[in-house]
This record gives sequence, structure tokens and C-alpha cells, in this order.
Amino acid sequence: MALALEGSLALARTIALCRPQVVAAYPITPQTHIVEGIAKLVADGQLNCEMVSVESEHSAASVALGAAVAGSRAYTASASQGILLMAEVLFDIAGLRVPLVMTCANRALSGPLNIWNDQQDSMAVRDAGWIQLYCATNQEAIDTTVQAFRIAERCELPVMVCVDGFTLTHTLEPLELPSADEVDGFLPAYVFRHGLNPSDPRSLGTLVAPEHFSEVRHAHHQALLRSMTEIEQADADWAAVVGRHCGGLLEVRGDPDARLGILTLGSVLGTLEDAMDMNPDLPRARFIKLRSFRPFPTEALREACAGLDVLIVLERAISPGGGGIVGPEVQMALANLENPPRVHNFAAGLGGRDLSLDLYERLVTTVTQAASSQPFSIIDVDTTLLPEADR
Amino acid sequence: MNEQPLHSLEALRARQPRFRGLESGHRACQGCGEALAARLTTEAAGPDVMIANATGCLEVFTTPWPQSAWRLPWIHSVFGNVAALAAGMEAAQKQQGRSTKVLAFAGDGGTFDIGFQALSGMMERGHDVLFVCYDNEAYMNTGVQRSGSTPHAAMTTTSPPGKARMGKRHMKKDILSIIAAHHIPYAATASVAYPSDLRKKVRRAMATEGPSFLQIHSPCPLGWGHDGARTIEVARLAVQTGLFPVIEMERGELIGTLPIRTAKPVSEYLKLQNRFRHLFGADHRARDELEHLQALANRNIDRYDLRGVGPEKYDTEGADTVHRGGDRWA
Repeated sequence: MALALEGSLALARTIALCRPQVVAAYPITPQTHIVEGIAKLVADGQLNCEMVSVESEHSAASVALGAAVAGSRAYTASASQGILLMAEVLFDIAGLRVPLVMTCANRALSGPLNIWNDQQDSMAVRDAGWIQLYCATNQEAIDTTVQAFRIAERCELPVMVCVDGFTLTHTLEPLELPSADEVDGFLPAYVFRHGLNPSDPRSLGTLVAPEHFSEVRHAHHQALLRSMTEIEQADADWAAVVGRHCGGLLEVRGDPDARLGILTLGSVLGTLEDAMDMNPDLPRARFIKLRSFRPFPTEALREACAGLDVLIVLERAISPGGGGIVGPEVQMALANLENPPRVHNFAAGLGGRDLSLDLYERLVTTVTQAASSQPFSIIDVDTTLLPEADR
Repeated sequence: MNEQPLHSLEALRARQPRFRGLESGHRACQGCGEALAARLTTEAAGPDVMIANATGCLEVFTTPWPQSAWRLPWIHSVFGNVAALAAGMEAAQKQQGRSTKVLAFAGDGGTFDIGFQALSGMMERGHDVLFVCYDNEAYMNTGVQRSGSTPHAAMTTTSPPGKARMGKRHMKKDILSIIAAHHIPYAATASVAYPSDLRKKVRRAMATEGPSFLQIHSPCPLGWGHDGARTIEVARLAVQTGLFPVIEMERGELIGTLPIRTAKPVSEYLKLQNRFRHLFGADHRARDELEHLQALANRNIDRYDLRGVGPEKYDTEGADTVHRGGDRWA
């Protein structure tokens, strides 16, 4: 039965169903409602876990790490500046191959200060060695969160579930929550083989010299590549339980025969799908929902792009002085296809700029009129507000 | 099999086995105060512990992968998070209904400076963690740079004396007062020169529920510029001059001191160390700084009433002359 729930509250209840033993978090907009929801469940005796309300995100990640290596299922949530403050620890968690789950309520980064949604925060820790799964809807966020714990624990890798701030976290809509039995059947009790135990003392996080460090990195890279199988398997197994799937590594939607493709991460997909349905006169598009950005599903992406003439990569972050972040990776993955599509790379919806329904028409018109790939650009920039040199 | 003489050191050791959390064979320098302090601490803490270790010498010299000198479950994460890491380990223990004590180890950088916020948070939240600060008064692992714990006027590579400077311009941070302001159940200072006192404090902290804090003065022959064979002598003089007061606090209140019968002049301590060499020149500034350091020592003696006049059993003259199983083995 669907319940009318705010995305964050639905996530709090989902996380409780996953039976975390230690939750550590520091408040930051737009993550707050998730953690408040968990705190209330603990206060009401509905969730038996140690809720550690720490003094910074650096400590939130560190408490979660400490708990996970000491044998408890651990969870944290953050966003934006919080992700950057914990960045040092995020790299360490992944490098030590410690399984834990974090929700990133995606938000822009300072400066200047902006509390609204884009994906610059999770993109900033792209190379931390975490699995990163992007959710297109709140229902996907719920289902991905359950899957994330199993993926993390089976792969001994941390998983970041990326949920667009406000757009998803603060939206109230009808959502299906799994039952406790469904989650318990899917997610076995937490076990970490390399943990701290006085009867079998190990040293973790030692000093590793040049003669072994490349091997550590290689193993970590291989583990992430291998995790693709587990991400797909978790989605398939969970679909068998609840009858909903999230698309595995990526999902092809829209018109599968279209020669025009649009690749997105996160919630903007719904807007584009609605816009296409509302404008039957416009060219149809094949939507590629990239769910797993790390690991990057090169093979699946090539298959999904077969037959495309044009591919628009629409992203929610930029690399200033470079251009897009996802765009170049997609382009590289497709480069040795026999007839690779022309890739156009745009950023949109930065710092919460509204992504309205006319976005679809603007994208489609721009690329169908262009003979060659356009240079990377940010959509919807009012250059009249800028000094001459910056236009 | 080789017969060992009945009274050989090895035979005596074999007859008095003691738990060793930190084995020999690690890569510390000769005379390293921190290595000694960590060994004494883990011996007294016993095997049912798990350790979170901040970045620093102790982490580096004990765990050159694939080797480790630890016989205890041990983790190093990053420099500034050790108190939070330990807090997470403790939360996990608590949630699982286990009682293995969590120890957090850090140098003075990981305590006074980069790890301070996490330490304050851990104490405020009341985690059952013993935080041990191995205080060698500078960033030794990176090559002797000044920290918030470096004493006034000391030479480090980032507080060098010169025409315009006489070493570190700022005071050593009074960390114990800051810890005391958190009103945690137990906080103390100790010195590697007084091992029985140190062990007693570790055992007391182990028996304390909630956060406890131990600051152990640990000379660094390399960073302080003294002979590695004189580590204990240097450490003892720091206490006997009053520059490093050895005290105990409960809930922020002073409950005990290691009394000084006759305070030694600070110059006796300072002159053994190259980091204070510039204070012994003809320069009038050198004389001023020496007076300043003497005043700091006097202030400690007054503040904590370190002049032992009562019937205390131990003092800075005698507490180190202990024997296993002897009267002073508290």
C-alpha cells in the first residue's frame, strides 16, 4: 500500500528497516529531515541503534568507519559542504574497503553559498573509491537504499546513494515502503571479516610503502569493476521481492528506437519524460538513466547507445576550466564504437535553477540544428547579468 | 636447547610474564619516549582493548606493512579523526553489548591541534574511551615542526631562533585545563620517567566508565636534541622542575599530584636539549626567556601546590625507583 510520505521520511523509515546498529550524522540542509526521522524512530523505540550526533561531518564519517570496523552496520548522511569536510575520511573508508552506506542529499557547493540542488558535491568525491548510485525518484531512493547495504557488504565497498536535495528529499508523494520481512529476507545480518577483534588482533590502515601501494589501488579498482555484477544482481533480486526495479547499472527508457539520446543522472529524468509526452510534435528521445556512475558501466553504456546519431549528456555539475564531468567520460566510453553518436554536453539546474518542462524542447532543438558537437555549456545563463569579459 | 643461567634477564622475564600489546622490533628511534609510553600503556591496559591510532610517529614506526608490532586490534584512519573513530568503535561495542575498552592514541598534534574538535565532541558525548596523548611537544613525524604543545621559546623547524626570534613565540597550550572544562570522569598527566605512576593511571582510567584522558610526557631524542640514553633523565627533570606537572583530576577537580620535594631550576632540564640551546648564549634575550620559563614552572608549582610537604608516599624523587612486586607497585 502506498503511503503519502516526504522523501526524507521515507528514507529514514527505509534505513530503519535495514537495521543499522550505529548511525552518525551532522545536520546539513537538505539532509536534515532524513536524520531527524531516524532520531525520532530511535526516540520512539522503533529502531534499536546507537545514534551518534557528532560535532562535524568529518567525525560523522569517522564514527561510521569506527563502528563498521568494530562489527556494526553503520550509516551516515550528508550533503554539499558536509561531503567536502568528510572527503578525507571518505577516501580512507573506501581505501580500507569498509562497507557502509551513506545518503548524499545532493546540493551545490560554496562559494558563493547556495543550499539548493545540483550534484557538484557527489561529483567532487567521484574518485574517492565509493560506489555511487543516482536515484531518479524517491521510490528508487527507497529501493536503492535497501540494495546499497547488500552491495556494500558483499563487495566490501562503501556505497553513496545520491538523492537530489529538495527535489526528492523534500517532496511528499505516494511511496511504497517494503515490509520488515521483505528487507530481513533480502539483507542478512552484518558481517565484516576484517574487523577489530581482541581474540584475533589485526592492524588496519597501516603504512603501505611504494612496493605495495600500486597493488592496493589496483585491487580497489578491480573491486569496483567487479561490483557491477553485484549492483545488477541486487536490483534483480530486490525486484523479485517487491516487484520494482531501479535499472541496475543504467536503464534505457523513452523511445528505444529514437536516434536521439539524452543521458541523465538523478531526478531530472522525470521532467524530460513528461515534456516528451506533452510535446508529441517534437522529435522523440531515447533516455539513458545512468544509475551507477561509479563503477562506470562502459559496456552497458555502449549497448544502450547503439544506433544513436546524437547523444546529449545533461549533467548537474561542472569542472570549471574543463567543462562537463560525466560528458567526457561518456564520450571516451563511446569513442571506439563503429559509429559513435555526436555527443553534446550541457550542465543545467545548477544551484537549484529550475528545470522546467521547456528544457526538453530547448535541448532537442539546439542539437538538431547543430551540424557538429557543440562546446560544453551551461544552459540558461543570462549573460546580460555578467561583466563583458565573462559573457 | 640452550640452558639459560637461572638469574639471566631472560629467565627472570620468563618467570614474570606480562602482557605486551606493543612488541619489540618496531622502527622507533633509540630512546623514543613515545614507544616506551605506548608499551607501558598497553601493558597496563591489557589484552581486552581495541585501539584507534592517529597519524604520527607511533602509527608509522609500528606498522610498516606487511609487519605490525601490535598484538592488539588496531586501526589507523587519518590524522584528525581519532577520537571520532574511537567513538564509533565504542558505539558499536555498546550496541553489541560488549565491553572491550576502546583506546584512542594520538600525539600532541592529533590532540592539541588537528584532532582537538573530535576529542572535544567525544568527551562531550560521554563515550567510554580512554584517550591517550603521547606528548612530545612538536610534529616529530614530519620533521619537528612546532605544534600547540611546543613549549615557549623552543626551537623547531618552524619556530627557529634567529636575529628576530627566540624560538616559539607562543605558550604551550594548557590542554589539561581544557579537558578539565569538559568535566569528564577522569583526566591525568603522567611521564615516562614515572612508570608505576603511569600504569596506575592507566588502570584507573580503564576502570572508569565514560571518557578519560591521559597526557603522557614523552621525550623525543631527535626532536628535542638530547642523547637517546638520557630520555628518562630528561623526562624526570621536566617533572622535577615543575615545567610538566604530574596531576590527576576527577570531573575537572584536582584530586592528586606527584609532589616535588625540592624543585630543580629549569635550566637543568633545558640545558640537556638542543631545542633550548639558544637560551644559553650571551644574548640578553636568552636570559629573559630563561626567566620566563622559570616563571612558568613556578606558576605550575603554585597553581597545583606541587611542593610536597605532607606524608605522601611517592614524590618526584622516589616514585620512579620501583621494583616489580615491591611496595611502590601500586
